[in-house]
Amino acid sequence: MLNYIIKRLLWMIPVILGVLLIVFVLSVITPGDPVDNVVGPDATVEAREAAREEMGLNDPVYVRFGKYVWGVVTRGDLGKSYTNHQPVVKEIMHRFPVTLKLTLASVTVALLIALPLGVLSAVYQYSWVDNVTMASALFFVSIPQFWFALMLLLIFSVKLQLLPASGINGIASWILPVAMIGVGNVGNLARVTRSSMLEVIRQDYIRTARAKGQKKSVVIFKHGLRNALMPVIANVGNTIGVSLGGAVVAESIFSIPGVGQFMLNAINSRDWPSVQGGIVILAITFSVVMLLVDIVYTIVDPRLKTEFQSRNKIRRHKKEGAAV
Amino acid sequence: MAKMYTPAMAKLDKKRSRSRSAQRPSSPAREAWIRLKRNRLAVVGMVILAILILTAIFADVIAPYGIDEQNYTDALQGPSLHHLFGTDNYGRDIFSRVVYGTRISLPIGLICVFIAYLFGGVLGALAAFYGGKADMIIMRILDIFQSIPPMLMAIAIAASLGTGVVNLVIAISVSTMPARARIVRAAILSVKNSDYVESARCIGAGSRRQLLKYMLPNALGPILTNITFSIATAILTVSSMSYLGLGIAAPTPEWGSMLSAGRSFIRTAPHILIFPGAAIMITVLALNLFGDGLRDALDPRLK
Repeated sequence: MLNYIIKRLLWMIPVILGVLLIVFVLSVITPGDPVDNVVGPDATVEAREAAREEMGLNDPVYVRFGKYVWGVVTRGDLGKSYTNHQPVVKEIMHRFPVTLKLTLASVTVALLIALPLGVLSAVYQYSWVDNVTMASALFFVSIPQFWFALMLLLIFSVKLQLLPASGINGIASWILPVAMIGVGNVGNLARVTRSSMLEVIRQDYIRTARAKGQKKSVVIFKHGLRNALMPVIANVGNTIGVSLGGAVVAESIFSIPGVGQFMLNAINSRDWPSVQGGIVILAITFSVVMLLVDIVYTIVDPRLKTEFQSRNKIRRHKKEGAAV
Repeated sequence: MAKMYTPAMAKLDKKRSRSRSAQRPSSPAREAWIRLKRNRLAVVGMVILAILILTAIFADVIAPYGIDEQNYTDALQGPSLHHLFGTDNYGRDIFSRVVYGTRISLPIGLICVFIAYLFGGVLGALAAFYGGKADMIIMRILDIFQSIPPMLMAIAIAASLGTGVVNLVIAISVSTMPARARIVRAAILSVKNSDYVESARCIGAGSRRQLLKYMLPNALGPILTNITFSIATAILTVSSMSYLGLGIAAPTPEWGSMLSAGRSFIRTAPHILIFPGAAIMITVLALNLFGDGLRDALDPRLK
């Protein structure tokens, strides 16, 4: 198990290098001369050349990539913003907590709603609870997030004037963004929980547990849900990825000062280093979260643990066999 | 002695022929189709999709006004008999624009999924078929691509290439390609070791023949289901990107960009915001209903 975790940790290195490469390639294929974004349109040829030299654009592409990676790895340097010439890392880091909180809050809320609903509709399959839950889950999956946000704004901020329409001060202002990011996830996770629970409920050990007269709640939660949770956990990583994307949209709609809003503003002002930086930071966050999910998965699922053990055992046997 | 052909005998003949046609050798596809037809929700989804496709084809006939027909005296009016969904700030008929929007969202969603499956599918199939090192290298590269969440990847690509239909299609196709490769890989892996593939190999079928003639048709079930869901997701992404100003720009009646343009009228004329969004939702809902039905029909064990 420890081996697996170490391997998984080491794998982060090529992943981060890969992300840097993707982002760098995107910056290279951007049409237009990046110098235009730094100096004005009527700058002299000399000024343009000086800017080009300063930005290191005269180096061959691979040297530029090497310098970029070196800067990121050794100094955490993601470049300077074209617009206000501040280090991008600084700009992003004080916005980052909001985005992370927004994402994690919406995933947590989604799980808290989806799990009970999924279990209920599996246990009472084909009952009205199941029908209503699954119908609403389908609606939730199909609703466009940003439109849902607009409708929430229309109802709760404009008509009822109950919740603030923008910014992030106080609990009330979190409700709409979290609802918007979470809506699709609730639907999706409820559907996953239901189908995985249904599969588990039909297993022989559930029948055995019930036949021996075990209490229904124990059968459902201890024998059932525990085993049904695996596909749900596997889905959480994906859900977090979707939510990070959702957070970007939410920040734009509710004018929340997070990384997403920063990136979208940067796109409008053609400030590529800031966009690049935002994507690198969010991608690294996502990779770290995926790593944690994978580790949790191996710890929670005893089957994987035994698999690792037995694989090691086989390997040991092979080694011994080879020695003989 | 000539036999009299009475109406009763005709009826009998008809009955016989009908029962004979029912005994036609049934193929898996035919059985799936029968199961699909029995699923009421899936039928609802199919009917809505058919209506949407017909709307896209006959948009010129259905829409009472042109997409750019401006009428400032009628601006920002609520729904009425003249303007079913009301008018926007330029006095354009929202119903007509929503109708023309089907011509944008449906084809773009389809094209994005087609391209993502074309490239992702080839990668996934090769990875599954050759296994070993090839599989590992392909999957690791896809892992790296997937470490950027799809929506962010799409935003990054669109930000780099610029707005416009072609760039939007590239952005969405590339960002969803790894997930499609995984689906195809898993589907091929599930049939790779079956006896019929083994026997095909034994009688000397080449790699291409094994893959295209034996594995792919049998692995098609989960892929078809996923294609349906992917189109739904692609349509959602197209509209979100356009809403953010990274997709299809304003004068085009794309549903997301209509919502983006109408955003500032949320207090004065909320009807501008309601109908284009509802159109997206109905389209996506129909695709999801159809996809659910397809999944149950193609793999009845799952139900």
